[in-house]
Amino acid sequence: MSNKDAYWNKTKNHMIVTLVLWAFFSLVIFMFGSELNTMSFLGYPLAYYMTAQGSLLAFVIILFWTANKQEKIDEEHGFSEREDD
Amino acid sequence: MFKGDFIQNLPKIYGTYTGGFIVFIILMALAEQAGVSAKNIGVMFVAFTVLIYALIGYLSRTIQVDAYYVAGRQVPTVFNGMATAADWMSGASFVALAGGVYFGGYTYMAFLVGWTGGYVLVATLMAPYLRKFGCYTVPDFIGTRYGGNAVRAASVFVLFIASFTYVTAQINATGTIASRALGIPFEAGVWVGLISILICSMLGGMRAVTWTQVAQYIVLIIAYLIPVFWISSNVGGGIFPHLMLGDEVARLGELEKQFGLVKNSAADMKAAGVPGGLKYISGTHSGVPEGGMAVWKYLSLAICMMVGTASLPHILMRYFTTPTVRAARKSVAWSLFFIFLLYSSAPMLATLSKLALMDPNLPTGIIGKSISEVQSIEWVQRWSEVKQVFIADFNGDGILQLNEWFMRGDVVVLATPEVAGLPFVISGLVFAGGMAAAMSTADGLVLAISNALSHDIYYKIINPKAETAKRLLVARTLLVIIGAAGAYIASFRLTSILGSVAWAFDFAMSGLFFPLVLGVWWKRATREGAIAGILAGIISGTVYLTWVFPKFSVPIWGGVNAPFLGIDHLRFGLIGAPICLVVMVVVSLMTKEPSPATQKLVDDTRIPTGKAILGKQH
Repeated sequence: MSNKDAYWNKTKNHMIVTLVLWAFFSLVIFMFGSELNTMSFLGYPLAYYMTAQGSLLAFVIILFWTANKQEKIDEEHGFSEREDD
Repeated sequence: MFKGDFIQNLPKIYGTYTGGFIVFIILMALAEQAGVSAKNIGVMFVAFTVLIYALIGYLSRTIQVDAYYVAGRQVPTVFNGMATAADWMSGASFVALAGGVYFGGYTYMAFLVGWTGGYVLVATLMAPYLRKFGCYTVPDFIGTRYGGNAVRAASVFVLFIASFTYVTAQINATGTIASRALGIPFEAGVWVGLISILICSMLGGMRAVTWTQVAQYIVLIIAYLIPVFWISSNVGGGIFPHLMLGDEVARLGELEKQFGLVKNSAADMKAAGVPGGLKYISGTHSGVPEGGMAVWKYLSLAICMMVGTASLPHILMRYFTTPTVRAARKSVAWSLFFIFLLYSSAPMLATLSKLALMDPNLPTGIIGKSISEVQSIEWVQRWSEVKQVFIADFNGDGILQLNEWFMRGDVVVLATPEVAGLPFVISGLVFAGGMAAAMSTADGLVLAISNALSHDIYYKIINPKAETAKRLLVARTLLVIIGAAGAYIASFRLTSILGSVAWAFDFAMSGLFFPLVLGVWWKRATREGAIAGILAGIISGTVYLTWVFPKFSVPIWGGVNAPFLGIDHLRFGLIGAPICLVVMVVVSLMTKEPSPATQKLVDDTRIPTGKAILGKQH
């Protein structure tokens, strides 16, 4: 397998992991809204908290994490851009 | 004053600008103390900020194609994040979002998740690859990847429908805010808004829009957050409402039980003469509605908004302006961070505002008081005059019940500072913020449309030999025409702000999402597949919209149709996008696989390093 193919396989897997996390925070937890709302976080009902703030924050964290991870994959395979590109 | 070039000095320049804006707020506060009228303060806020944007627009003028289309690809990560956040957060986000949460509670907040979660799709599936491609516009990618004028024109068609639906709503919002702040009629406000928008974008294209959007983000975030923190500490919510409103949310639940959530019949509301667009509280604030259909309604709305986000050309094109692919990825993360600052505050503002009106223990509470007393409150009088609030005493007992208080959603943002007893300078600031939000989105949209028409239709299809000066002349002329057309249609007020904003997402996801994603992620996708998919998606989505939306279905289909599986007019992308995907895959597999040259092009798109597919000037 060429370096490019190996790079693309890793990138694809990374994409899938990111989208699984995304689906968890955007869809899966809201399938159980009523159940989650019986629990509380910071004094808020949990489902309310997640839709008002929690999932939004999770997306921000996912995005920074995924960008950093992808940069590492770029580096491993020698596809890092130079600053002056 | 500054050493080095413009880009290196950006933090200093915008730091100075932010400081200057804060000084201006303080001056206005002093002016208010000195007896300047509330109206004049509102006028000065809007006029001062719009003049600054116009100045930035003028200073960013350019005669270079890549500066005009992609800001010369030198916008640093964090600044591009701010510009994207301003581009993204529309008049609707700023003015109507908190109001939506106020009336819709948990169910409405599917919009919050949808309008933020979509950025994960942008970052993983789209932005870095489109940046590597080196295109000027979204149809530029589709046209080059699949090859040929037909597919390019088809994607411009979808872009036009989606962005134009959106831009009329934005010009509408700009007009509404301008008319309220300046005290002029709505129709005049629309044209004032349009001129402000054009001044910012005409001379400098993407470069000018980028630097005004950063300036507009700074104004809108200050204007949104100061009132939220201030109101929170004023009504005893604590200084950091995001973490401290648990008790208030619980209290709202108690008050809902105490007052009772009553649904008014349409006939009653008509008889009482409730003005159109005004709403009342009939659902719970934090409670989750029971049942599978309620869950599906939430999820389907979130899906449409997320997938739509990742297909909207005016957002995707912001990531064409970063220096590198890596910067494009990071920039998506920063965009969402800056968006998060406002979106996470909207539910807090809604909670505070609702509590201020509902809690009889607070001096601002109005529910449960006598109607004559409520009608004598100054802000109630002022907003009643312009038909933004309304009282209907259904049971005739002279006491204001929860279901007898009607209000327009926008009032939550525009009037809460007044209700909570903040000085008028804050209301003036909020006007300036709303104006910044509506203008920045309108700028991005008008530019996305006119760039696609000038680059993809005029230059790539009609006249490939056009010289730079002629291309830019065409681009600027189209910008004025599109803006004027949007303003003309906005003055008819076709639908409420949020109705048409959601439609833009559905149109974009119906026709663009899968052609973009598969263009990068599936080498086997062919030109014929893309053309068939784009057309099948946008046509089926649009036909379904006409079928399910009563205003269209009655004249076209002869009656009101029940939504299929709960897919109503806000969610019609759920019909268009899957059809687009199926048609695109089937037709692609039936046609000959793309040429080796095209496959190599896709391979190169996937790797961050190396030459862009399209040259620096093309």
